[in-house]
Amino acid sequence: MSSVVVERSRKKSLLGAVFAILILVVLIIAPKILDQSITSEWVKLFYLITLASMWNLLAGYAGMISVGQQAFIGLGAYGVFVFNDHGMSTYESGIIATLIVGVIAIPLSFLAFRLRGGYFAIGTWVIAETVRLIVTRFPNLGAGKGRSVAHYTSAPELRNLYTYWMALGFLAFALIASFTLLRSRLGLGLQSIRDNEVAANSIGIKVNWVKRVVYVIAAMGCAGAGSVICVQAIGVASPNEIFGVGYSAFMIFMVLIGGLGTIEGPVIGAFIYYFTDKYFSQSGLWYLVIIGLLAIFVTLFFPKGIWGEINARWNISLFPVSYQVVPKKE
Amino acid sequence: MIWLNSIAQGILLGGLFAMSAVGLSIAFGVMRIVNLAHGDLMTLGGYLAFITIKYSGMSTWYTLIIVVPVMAVIGYYVQRILFQRALRMGELAPLMVTFGISIIIPNAFTQLYTNNVQQLPVGSLATSSIQLNNMVSIGTFPLLTLCLSIILIAALQQYMARTKMGRYMRAAADDSEILRLMGVDHRKVYGVAMGISFATLTLAGVLFGMRQGGVSPYDGHLTVLFAFETVIIGGLGSLWGTVLGGIVLGVAQTVAGQFSPEIPLLVGHLVFLGVLAFRPNGLLGKEALR
Repeated sequence: MSSVVVERSRKKSLLGAVFAILILVVLIIAPKILDQSITSEWVKLFYLITLASMWNLLAGYAGMISVGQQAFIGLGAYGVFVFNDHGMSTYESGIIATLIVGVIAIPLSFLAFRLRGGYFAIGTWVIAETVRLIVTRFPNLGAGKGRSVAHYTSAPELRNLYTYWMALGFLAFALIASFTLLRSRLGLGLQSIRDNEVAANSIGIKVNWVKRVVYVIAAMGCAGAGSVICVQAIGVASPNEIFGVGYSAFMIFMVLIGGLGTIEGPVIGAFIYYFTDKYFSQSGLWYLVIIGLLAIFVTLFFPKGIWGEINARWNISLFPVSYQVVPKKE
Repeated sequence: MIWLNSIAQGILLGGLFAMSAVGLSIAFGVMRIVNLAHGDLMTLGGYLAFITIKYSGMSTWYTLIIVVPVMAVIGYYVQRILFQRALRMGELAPLMVTFGISIIIPNAFTQLYTNNVQQLPVGSLATSSIQLNNMVSIGTFPLLTLCLSIILIAALQQYMARTKMGRYMRAAADDSEILRLMGVDHRKVYGVAMGISFATLTLAGVLFGMRQGGVSPYDGHLTVLFAFETVIIGGLGSLWGTVLGGIVLGVAQTVAGQFSPEIPLLVGHLVFLGVLAFRPNGLLGKEALR
């Protein structure tokens, strides 16, 4: 008789899953109940969580630190123009653009994976810059000046509603994809790659294949967020912003503060960033300086982030992806 | 002939790229730190030169005598206080810390000195040039930067090869644990290496600012990419490789500029990605810092 069992989903976390589904249902019907001025503010929160989760999937689970995800955010946003100009609605365009970006990410991954560690990081940055310079060469995409969406839903209530559902859809995709991926065999392989790539390779994990899957999913998540940003603003004001390294800074900040390598962390980080941005972004660029300082401080003194600390203290996990040994109950 | 001229200009520009890449190469070679703030620290150097000019009225060249040593000392302490701590925490932490710095510097300078370009005057050298024939002319200032860059790299090579500290650095690059077992304080060695990295990047940053007519807050997001591309094109870990990498990148940019003023950056990036695809170890392959 062994006195311990290895388990993953405990009762508390089953509760978490039920809770998550409940929240999702509430969020779907929220704009019908609450005032639209409230719910359309949440769109930003949704795409921030999406972005943070995607960066976390790359860095926290696969050990790939990218400072170039803005390539895919920008492509998602500009993809909306391309398909919208050919007669699709903005929402369909966003979804198609996201899928296409997934395809574009495959050849790009071959280039990026030539580099390791920190050099991978700068490599992704170069790729993002290259993509920006190519996209802004097209006059019908507004060249260097940005442009607006040609055909959009004219009634503002409907537009807000659809944009909200679109943002929520991409968020659900991001979270569900991360969760199922991490619970699968692939996810186990992934975490072993993060911890030691050579060892992972030697026990038969197809390192590059696993990393490529994650890279493509992360690219699609970021593209989805980018298309939401474009649809909500009915266009792109400045290509330098949507392709800017600032997005990477925000993603990194959210994930570090919330807790790298946990599913819950980026969600918390996104909330914190959303409110800092809401109340302090008027105070000029000093607030970005503070974000930089905080990123350094958290990295050096609280590397586990908020959720990591909570988890270490009380051992709770709403979205359990790792196995644990617990005493057996008689 | 016009092509010959743009190739000549590219080679001169490459000297500056090589100079800015040396510090990145040393930080990676010795400490395994990829400094994402490399370009922004160059900008910081440029601003320190600008501030020195503003308060003392000296020429940009003389400010180097002050700014370069100051940045070297800053580099030593940034390594000892920030990076050393980050290094103990794994691969991710140093990247995050340097990325944090790269967010702080440009935004702080935008707040302090606006987005405008702050002048770094070159003086009489700005307009003087050597006319080789009616098409090809070599600017004195770019020529000077290329010569400085080659002297700098040759001097660093000798420093690494012949001095005690240089030997420690090469040893740390190979295996810092063994170096520690030999009774050497590796933290001091790292500090000095980062000091050298900061000194060279400052020199490059000020010269880059002079070449561009001045320094502006977000220059660093461009120069870090140039420095990085130079290192990879030349081949990781080879100091002379950076000269070759710089020249390849410089020529790619200036020749592309002959076709259209809008594409030099794009062509530079594409050449880099091409090297990455077909010669992933760079043009000079893998010769570690020795």
